[in-house]
Amino acid sequence: MRIALFVTCLADTLFPEAGKATVRLLERLGHDVEFPAAQTCCGQMHVNTGYAKAALPLVRRYAEVFEDSDLIVVPSGSCAGSIRHQHAMVARRYGDEALAARAEAVAARTYELSQLLVDVLGVEDVGAYYPHRVTYHPTCHSLRLLRAGDRPLRLLRQVRGIDLVELPDAEVCCGFGGTFAVKNADTSTAMLADKMRSVLATRAEVCTAGDSSCLMHIGGGLSRLRAGTRTVHLAEILAATPERPA
Amino acid sequence: MTRTFLGLPTAPRGVGHLRGSEPFPAAARRALANTQLRRNLGRATSTIRAKRASVVGELPDWAELRDAGQAIKAETMAHLDRYLEQLEQQVTAHGGVVHWARDAREANQIVTGLVQATGATEVVKVKSIVTDEIGLNDALASVGIQAHETDLAELIVQLGHDRPSHILVPAIHRNRAEIRDIFLREMAGADPGLTDSPAALAEAARRHLRRVFLSARVGISGANFAIAETGTLCVVESEGNGRMCLTLPDTLITVMGIEKVLPSWADLGVFLQLLPRSSTGERMNPYTSMWTGVTPGDGPQQVHLVLLDNGRTAALADPAGRQALHCIRCSACLNVCPVYERVGGHAYGSVYPGPIGAVLSPLLTGIEDNASLPYASSLCGACYDACPVKIDIPSLLVHLRARHVEEAGWASPEAVTMAAASWVMASPARYQAGQRAGQLGRRLGRGGRIRRLPPPLSAWTAARDAPVPPAQTFREWWRDEHAGAAR
Repeated sequence: MRIALFVTCLADTLFPEAGKATVRLLERLGHDVEFPAAQTCCGQMHVNTGYAKAALPLVRRYAEVFEDSDLIVVPSGSCAGSIRHQHAMVARRYGDEALAARAEAVAARTYELSQLLVDVLGVEDVGAYYPHRVTYHPTCHSLRLLRAGDRPLRLLRQVRGIDLVELPDAEVCCGFGGTFAVKNADTSTAMLADKMRSVLATRAEVCTAGDSSCLMHIGGGLSRLRAGTRTVHLAEILAATPERPA
Repeated sequence: MTRTFLGLPTAPRGVGHLRGSEPFPAAARRALANTQLRRNLGRATSTIRAKRASVVGELPDWAELRDAGQAIKAETMAHLDRYLEQLEQQVTAHGGVVHWARDAREANQIVTGLVQATGATEVVKVKSIVTDEIGLNDALASVGIQAHETDLAELIVQLGHDRPSHILVPAIHRNRAEIRDIFLREMAGADPGLTDSPAALAEAARRHLRRVFLSARVGISGANFAIAETGTLCVVESEGNGRMCLTLPDTLITVMGIEKVLPSWADLGVFLQLLPRSSTGERMNPYTSMWTGVTPGDGPQQVHLVLLDNGRTAALADPAGRQALHCIRCSACLNVCPVYERVGGHAYGSVYPGPIGAVLSPLLTGIEDNASLPYASSLCGACYDACPVKIDIPSLLVHLRARHVEEAGWASPEAVTMAAASWVMASPARYQAGQRAGQLGRRLGRGGRIRRLPPPLSAWTAARDAPVPPAQTFREWWRDEHAGAAR
């Protein structure tokens, strides 16, 4: 299948490995991946910080860039969630019903990675090999906005060599919340402290999730503490093989 | 014909408890340092969460009940004028007196006038968050009338000269040792040997309240629901102290927000299933009191209903915001909120804390007076999942942030940054130039991480490392890797 990648501005700029792994994984599964170079950002940060109007050109850009793509993959639960649940809303807020209709049509073809794999491509065993002790943080927008459920865990359970350990209080937010992490830094940090306590209690070497932004938060805290646990995007684990380890 | 719309009146300043004295981030910072508070809150909310989850899980039709609750509330709000007039008509027909209060000041004037007319200098109150919203106890005190809170938790808060920190369990921030100290200090005639066992504390409160109940001539209550078709008012509670307040005094004054009306008894059936399970985690609450006007020779012979606006019509005028008025004050959203669990209710500065408070308070006061509250959330969505009437609180928070930005204008440094970011992101060429500029950040990296960034990002690096930008962005890698196939 031809699959267009919306890599997200965060992965493009700061976490390219998540994007590269998504490409390698889908190509290994026999699909053609394309990367429309005119893509930029979904505008989620603008919308969630109150600048919906500034997101309007980004909503329009996304709809235009992916208008002709039959299937779009996003290696981020929150960006996929924003595209699916906010884009049309932003267009309507400023009275652009035509854009809202286009945004809805493109959003319906846009999938978060684990949902694409399990629901559209019908695969749970992607043939990965990852011999590490791993715990999975479900991330709020994958869980409660996209209802990804246990799809990421079903994918991880099929990975050869993995030692998958359950994260206590997994469904509690890590405290990132976009600009919340800066505007309410103290509260965000208190939430992060509890999330790190849960992660460290698993004695995992790797904490994974389907969103680079939450991982940047959890990973930033773990790194500051020199805790000895690192964060790795779900796509990187699923892309790993004995020949090409992550 | 042209008309100038000046906006609907919001809750007035200088009266009541809908505004804090400092912005949320500052109040939260102080609360986070209180280790006792965090332990109390963590224990209490996790206990209630588990109870709620278990009784909600028992109902195969929970999803349908939520849909019904949402639909009934939406229909009621769409015809609120009609249902309120029907309620007034029915209460009046059954011997009650209905008063309309535009705001907190008017409501306080009405209630103090009614109490003064009876000649009473003391009143008993059953848990009524709306009377706290309008600052009724202060208004009564200013004319020499003492109000006795009779709900155990409200009593603890009142005796402790404190503020409630939770909608349902206002003293959630106190543990039993603290409660014992408050009783010993403030409760006349408390046994000096009082222990902190729950039974001993309840017994001390019982003896104290019994004296108050038997002498009270005026009761003041809130209302969970009012049924328009018959003019019946309804209070649900756990302790039975409410039943005493509602039946023993000769005069009963009920203060109710206008959004609490329900069209019919059939509608009440839905909410009596949704509310106890969502709030206390019980299948049914122990006491449900209902009264319709005056019953001659039985119970209060003077029955008043004060219908309060205080910004509710302004909330109703916001097509997106009005769903906040669907709230039935169960507090399920507080108990599942990771922000509330860590900072407690006082940080929100309003009698309505937690996720619902973060939307309701600014809607009632106008956003300007509670501008930090819509940002007091990581938008994790746990509140939406828990809400028995499906209020989409995360979307409401985002909506209020947008309203705040639209009302405040685009002159702040943040607004300039956001506009610039949008301008950059709107063009792939500018975006790539921005990425190249960002790669200069590689120089800040030490050992694969950045430990310190300038403001405002210093708020990030105060507690977390920042990632070092990679040598090659994804799109640069793609160009190298898929050369020639570019599109």
